[in-house]
Amino acid sequence: MNTAEIATEFSDVDFPRLERSLRHPRTLFSIVLSIGTGVATIIACVPLFSVLIMLIYRGGKKLSLALFTELPPTAFEEGGGFGNAIVGTIVIVSIAAAIAIPVGILTAVFLAEFGPQSKTASIARFCAKTLTGLPSILAGVFAYAAIVLATGGYSAPAGGVALALLMLPTVILTAEESMRMVPVKMKEAAIGMGCTPTQVAWKIVLPTALPGILTGVMLAVARAAGETAPLLFTALFSNYWIFEDGSSQVMEPTASLAVFIYNFSGMPFENQIEMAWAASLILVLMVLTINIIGQIISSRAKVS
Amino acid sequence: MANATLSDLAESASISSPPSTMEIAKDRVFRGLTRGFAWLTVLVVFLVVYEVATKAMPAISEHGFRFVTSSTWDVQNEEFGVLPEIWGTLYSSLLALLIGGFFGVSIAIFLTQDFLPHRVEWAFKNIVELLAAIPSVVYGLWGIFVVIPMLRPVAGWLHENLGWIPFFKTSLSGPGMLPAALVLSIMILPTVSAISRDALSNVPRKLKEAAFGLGATRWEAIIGVIVPTASTGIFGALVLGFGRALGETMALAMLVGNSNQMSLSLFSPGNTLASLLANHFPEAGEREEPVLMYAALILLAITLLVNICGAFVLKHASARMRGATK
Repeated sequence: MNTAEIATEFSDVDFPRLERSLRHPRTLFSIVLSIGTGVATIIACVPLFSVLIMLIYRGGKKLSLALFTELPPTAFEEGGGFGNAIVGTIVIVSIAAAIAIPVGILTAVFLAEFGPQSKTASIARFCAKTLTGLPSILAGVFAYAAIVLATGGYSAPAGGVALALLMLPTVILTAEESMRMVPVKMKEAAIGMGCTPTQVAWKIVLPTALPGILTGVMLAVARAAGETAPLLFTALFSNYWIFEDGSSQVMEPTASLAVFIYNFSGMPFENQIEMAWAASLILVLMVLTINIIGQIISSRAKVS
Repeated sequence: MANATLSDLAESASISSPPSTMEIAKDRVFRGLTRGFAWLTVLVVFLVVYEVATKAMPAISEHGFRFVTSSTWDVQNEEFGVLPEIWGTLYSSLLALLIGGFFGVSIAIFLTQDFLPHRVEWAFKNIVELLAAIPSVVYGLWGIFVVIPMLRPVAGWLHENLGWIPFFKTSLSGPGMLPAALVLSIMILPTVSAISRDALSNVPRKLKEAAFGLGATRWEAIIGVIVPTASTGIFGALVLGFGRALGETMALAMLVGNSNQMSLSLFSPGNTLASLLANHFPEAGEREEPVLMYAALILLAITLLVNICGAFVLKHASARMRGATK
């Protein structure tokens, strides 16, 4: 039988059609929903672009060197800057990082290496997850109760403790995740060479997992830099430089970009509002830069 | 003399050797240290609860349960109540969850079900995740100068024409529930979409292929098979998103209006626990401080409860998924 004969033989058989008409209700339903979710996805991207455009449009025209070198303007003053707030943000975030990174990584070493199945680990992991959901303002309330009331005043370290509390879970969970990615064979090889678990952790696991850990640290730092609520009553705000005349006022109220934006956005003066936009632009640039560095580190690590 | 050379070699560490006593001691100390840090993390959670609770004690014994049911905030006469704030917290978060949840889950479906080339999917995923990187205070600023002016004509029209519906009872004078909830929904969108995306992409491929094999269209497979399979995970994402919304502070402090009233209207100003804290704490006097700590304790209880629920749901979801793939 050749093809033509087969065709004539089966010509009167009614095969089910494998394609559906585009006007078929089921197909239509599918197409409508596909378009619907596509539109929803695009709509969700609109706010990001709207924020970025507004920041560039309203913050960009105010950009000048004076913003970085001058102190905040008073009520009817023109010009001015927020140099002290930038320095303050860096100081507070550094204090937070100095607390959260060692604690977080050592906790993660325990969770990933020394007792992943232990009861301690499951409780600690659960607490870390609970901390991710801790509202940032409550971190501030805690730091106020524990540090501000104890030391008798608003200060940069109090703000640092509050931010450290918010960074800690991110550092722990991402560091644990990336340490788990380290191939078991590498660890087994090291154990076979007579390494103690500590040596395995220091010489094999930590160096191999470093890119992942750094990404987590970057994400945590970026998040902390943008936090405002916990700083409102821990570091408060200041109109002066934190380091001046060789002495430091670290134990005094300290300015930060985020609180600067909050304070200035509610003022009835045009200049102050423009300053808030410019400060937002700088803050978002800082946060996005740290984020993107984190992304690059993690994508590099995946390739190699 | 063969033994001597071997131990010489071992000492020079050029071949592997069992750990020395010193190394074992170091190992013990380091392991103990990391265990200590793990307990420190646990301790931190307890410390947070303990500090807030002890500082709130005077207010709890003075105001008791009336604090939760009363709605006046009068520092002079020492009458305090947070009912409007609790209402505002839950109402704004629910509104945000409705909007953010709808968009978040739609995005998660759209980005996991092979609608787009991988590169485009990746780009969208990153754009949505960047939403989370914008600081809350910047969203607040954006809300004041972009969202509120944009909403005002729409709100005005709705109030004029549909004012008899409780949701549109008042007009939007400026800050209010709807702008706050809108911005809030943008802020929880990345959380909801990231976690639901995880849940959806964990659904075994075979299930979808089986549905296609039975002649299902793409959306019949998604609605009938994939979403139900991932439903626990998606539910967990929504709960965690809700928890995020409850605790959000700055955007609400700037947009919600800080007015001590309860209303169903979307356009009336309100207040939330978090923004109450943000606005009153910096200049609280000695009488107001314990009361604010009490409010903080209530917020802590609500958010911890919701977040722990979310974590449990997700744990259950991933356990179920492991069972499904086996």
